[in-house]
Amino acid sequence: MSRPWEALARILKKGWSIAVARYAMILVIAFVAYAVVLLLAGKDPIQAYADTFSFALGTSYGFSEVLVRMIPLLLTAVAVALPSRLGLINVGGEGQLYMGAWLATWGAITFTGLPQLVFIPVLIILGFVGGGCWGAIAGFLRARGWVNETITTLLMNYVAPLLVGYSVYGMWRSREIGSAAFPQTVAFPDAARLPRFFGTRVHLGLILGIVALLAFWFVMTRTKWGLKMRAIGGNPEAARRLGVRLGLYIVVVMFVAGGIAGLAGMAEVTALHGRLRAGFSPGYGFMGFLISWLAGGSPLGILVMAFVLAIVFSGGTLLQITQGVPFSAINVLMAIILFVVLVNPRFSLGALKRVLVGRGRQR
Amino acid sequence: MCSGGDSNILAQRIPAEAATPIARLRGITKRFPNVVANDAVDLDLFPGEVHALLGENGAGKSTLMKVLYGFYSSDDGSVCIDGEEVRISSPLDARKLGIGMVFQVFTLIPAMTVAENIALYAPELPWTFDARSIGKAIGELGERYGLRVDPCAAIRDLPIGDQQKVEVLKLLVGQARILIFDEATRALAPHEIAGLFEIFDMLKNDGYAIVFITHKMREVLACADRITVMKRGRVAGTMDGTNATEEALVELMFGGSVPEQVSTSRVDVPGETILELQGVSTHAQGMGVGLSDVNLLIGAGEIVGVAGVSGNGQRELADVILGLAPCSRGTRRILGADATGWSAGRIRATGVSFVPEDPLGMGVVPWMTLTQNAALGDIEKYSRHAGLSIDWDHVQTDITASFAQLSFEPLEPWMPVRTFSGGQLQRAVLSRELGRNPRLFVASYPTRGLDVRSAIAARRVLAELRDRGGGVLLISEDLDELCRLSDRLLVLREGRIVGEFLPNEIDLLKVGHLMTDSRGTDE
Repeated sequence: MSRPWEALARILKKGWSIAVARYAMILVIAFVAYAVVLLLAGKDPIQAYADTFSFALGTSYGFSEVLVRMIPLLLTAVAVALPSRLGLINVGGEGQLYMGAWLATWGAITFTGLPQLVFIPVLIILGFVGGGCWGAIAGFLRARGWVNETITTLLMNYVAPLLVGYSVYGMWRSREIGSAAFPQTVAFPDAARLPRFFGTRVHLGLILGIVALLAFWFVMTRTKWGLKMRAIGGNPEAARRLGVRLGLYIVVVMFVAGGIAGLAGMAEVTALHGRLRAGFSPGYGFMGFLISWLAGGSPLGILVMAFVLAIVFSGGTLLQITQGVPFSAINVLMAIILFVVLVNPRFSLGALKRVLVGRGRQR
Repeated sequence: MCSGGDSNILAQRIPAEAATPIARLRGITKRFPNVVANDAVDLDLFPGEVHALLGENGAGKSTLMKVLYGFYSSDDGSVCIDGEEVRISSPLDARKLGIGMVFQVFTLIPAMTVAENIALYAPELPWTFDARSIGKAIGELGERYGLRVDPCAAIRDLPIGDQQKVEVLKLLVGQARILIFDEATRALAPHEIAGLFEIFDMLKNDGYAIVFITHKMREVLACADRITVMKRGRVAGTMDGTNATEEALVELMFGGSVPEQVSTSRVDVPGETILELQGVSTHAQGMGVGLSDVNLLIGAGEIVGVAGVSGNGQRELADVILGLAPCSRGTRRILGADATGWSAGRIRATGVSFVPEDPLGMGVVPWMTLTQNAALGDIEKYSRHAGLSIDWDHVQTDITASFAQLSFEPLEPWMPVRTFSGGQLQRAVLSRELGRNPRLFVASYPTRGLDVRSAIAARRVLAELRDRGGGVLLISEDLDELCRLSDRLLVLREGRIVGEFLPNEIDLLKVGHLMTDSRGTDE
């Protein structure tokens, strides 16, 4: 056993460095695996990565697009992280996002005369309520002990886009000349568009996302509700015995989580598209789940991981143009990351430790 | 009283000492993070002997036997079986060497039959197996050692005493020669314990070596040929069963400082009624038993004991009182008010506290610190700014004060409670729950798994609460404890109260038979 190994082992023992090592390992493995995929497709992976990072981090336009991509990822990740503190697995970010967008759209095309100062809060509330109710249904079914929330949220992901599709193909379909060919609603009034900043596409959603993240952190670490929720997550049996109303918390938390995902949907349609389109989300809800898992539910981790994945995401658009890689190739990368994440961290780190230090200790 | 015979008895036993031990453990050392569970322990097991391992919880008895059974690998030391050094690195190795272990929690599969459970354990299960031949083996062994069980019965239909027999049969069919029993009498009624000891006798006459792990002195004296007392991971001494006395064992276990027992000093007449259940029934949940028509009255300054074999509605009774399970019939009154429809939170707020049967699983959040868990006991009291912050200093002073009031040694407040030992954890839960000065205290198995010292502390605390005018419901399976503390003793079986005794009229055998629904032959 040589000394550097011992020093490395000591570092590995510390909690935070384990976390950092883990993130780094996940990303390295994923990027290497994706490079292999790109190679097999006959592309140059190094060029692809160079293009991606120089675009995303080297140009102000690219950076602003990364932030735009980051908004729904941030919100949907919080929507997963919050229930996970209670031991609830919310896979329904995508459905909740669609429902938030759906209800906000109803508001945007119904109250057309409102001034922007009133309109925006109304849309925020509608988006929140839309996603929230969608989440609360799963919460209610879970609280009554009928159906597991993982199953319901997952299946409801398929219902919400269909409901949006039904609306935009049917009652809300635009009759405008030129756009009637597409399944989409009429354009929202200008007062119903979320404000954007600095002449870029970065919009109010970023602030909503940051606020949601901060509120999540504050409530969880400082308040009595956070304490109760952590107790539920840590030991529901004990929490129930200590008089915490489990059912109420499950429903409310699923409502809030759904609402936060709903905000993402609302922000997408009101800030970027300006109308509701069928299939407007490229799977942000699922991506949020991935981010929350990667971050282990920690607020700082969510911020970092949402940023990294947003780079990957906007890189996908870029590579489509520069290298002719189809956008869906990004899904391959996402899947690889998920795969690596799901490998038990203890297993992978344990293996690493054994390689580094274990040999000398075995008798 | 047998001082004159000592030398004789020792002389008689010398041949056995001279015989080769079936198992010889030397210098066994097992370290866990922060604790040395076994520190250079030597132990010899002889065929035809019941060897009791006695000691407080955490003394290292179970660890030592788990090392022998291959469950843990020791950090140091050697094991010889039949004089040959062996390496036991898994339970499979141990079984091949003829070592079998019955764990505290039985390892039977409830939905399968006796024969199937035993077949699962058999050393070499053929591709297809003949249940009848296993049934025959069970029958023969059962006949020989008084372990009669129906091979075709499903485990879940058997009483706990019979399940114990199946565990023993399993080892015998698996050709074990060293049988290790870890706290085997925990769930048994008095006559079942006596039955187990008879089985021990028959087994040892056929040359089996039996290890019996326990912390109950009386049982050791009743069954053991040789007694090894362990203390803090070391052997404190080994005695011969025939000349061991309670005093001598206590001396070994505690090194002279025997903790004092609680005296029963009952307040004459119970005061106002604190809790009243009238004709309460509940629906059975899952594997549990529903209560049926339970009437229960607990007054101020009274300890009401509930005896019974566990799984006969004890958990449901506690749950109904705490508001965790709804009454399907009947009424629940707390301090005179009709509390039938109250939530668990509201009942707790009126001054009802509890100690659950499994403190780690039901009473605390394991990864939270002591202070955080203390805050969970009364979140409203400690929350400030409408719940936006929590007054941790206040929590800290309260829990410290509570520990002091109960004269418990303080614990590290910033450690996750799952790092505590069973006794420490129970003290933490008791401190939190009693720090609220409860009117009613529902204690489920408050001393289960505690070492003698912690158990005595817990009992003392209950008696103190009673003397201050609190009402206590004491659910326990330790009849000694119930007799010592209860001002009234109820017997619960299959969700009904089947007997009620005052302290001076308790007849242990009668209680035992009521618990197990068997008629005593001597009545």
